[in-house]
Amino acid sequence: MVTAVAAVRLRDLFAVVMLFGIYSLVSASLFVVMDAVDVAFTEASVGAGVATVFMLGTLSLTTHREKTPIARKPLLSLLVVIITGAALMYGTYDIPHYGDANDPIHHHVAPHYLEDSMEEIGIPNVVSSVLASYRGYDTLGETTVVFTAAIGVLILIGGARRRSKRDDERS
Amino acid sequence: MKHYSVPRLMTKLLLPLILLFALYVQFHGDFGPGGGFQAGVIFAAGFILHALIYGLDQTQRLLPPWVLRIGVSLGVLIYASVGVAGMLLGGAYLDYGVLDSHDPMHGQHLGILLVELGVGITVASVMVTIFYSFAGRGR
Repeated sequence: MVTAVAAVRLRDLFAVVMLFGIYSLVSASLFVVMDAVDVAFTEASVGAGVATVFMLGTLSLTTHREKTPIARKPLLSLLVVIITGAALMYGTYDIPHYGDANDPIHHHVAPHYLEDSMEEIGIPNVVSSVLASYRGYDTLGETTVVFTAAIGVLILIGGARRRSKRDDERS
Repeated sequence: MKHYSVPRLMTKLLLPLILLFALYVQFHGDFGPGGGFQAGVIFAAGFILHALIYGLDQTQRLLPPWVLRIGVSLGVLIYASVGVAGMLLGGAYLDYGVLDSHDPMHGQHLGILLVELGVGITVASVMVTIFYSFAGRGR
């Protein structure tokens, strides 16, 4: 929370990237506390590790100072933010308490996954069996999203570089 | 980084361990935390570290971009073809139980292993590809 506020306030983008890395690491440890080791693993490696390196790579291409924003009246945006925030907070009253056994989430397919995973899939890590087998379509979709990201980056950045090289040869 | 011998030496020591750990996370995902996604990212992080210390050219000689292009699509292809293989063997798409005719549980094991392998290959190649594009852009 502190790092998030500081990240918004700071103008030095290098420090902001570092703060985001710390923020990621803190949320990863929060996930560990909540017994979600797989999620924490992903958060630590992707959020705190690779994403920070990518951000730094981007910074090396641009500048590390944020442009000072043009001063304009913040009243309307403040109003929108307050209303949205109030609506979200009102929504949280309907969320069941953390760890409540009567949650709808604990009564749909989760008991089936937890109890029958060992007989049906035979893998001790239920997260893996849900991810790869029960929810195979979702994971296939995620992999395709990652694939698309690479294609996009290659088209946007990788392709432009080659074209400029070709232009150099021509000239 | 050419004149800093300590980071260079440490990278040489750490790199095999990082790659080995990535493989451990990849194939031990059935039993402990981890899986293809995390393993791919750790694997990519090893090469990114190599590129940061030894320079992009050295890393690209080690792992050329065309290998990564193939890897990016190969992972998705493995994943999707496991699904198609299940269909050909008479099951539903991405139903691994039919992959082994004797024991559906073995089929599940095999399916999850292959699928995670596909995810790992794609994620690792994608991460290194993005890093190459960003790092090679400034030159």
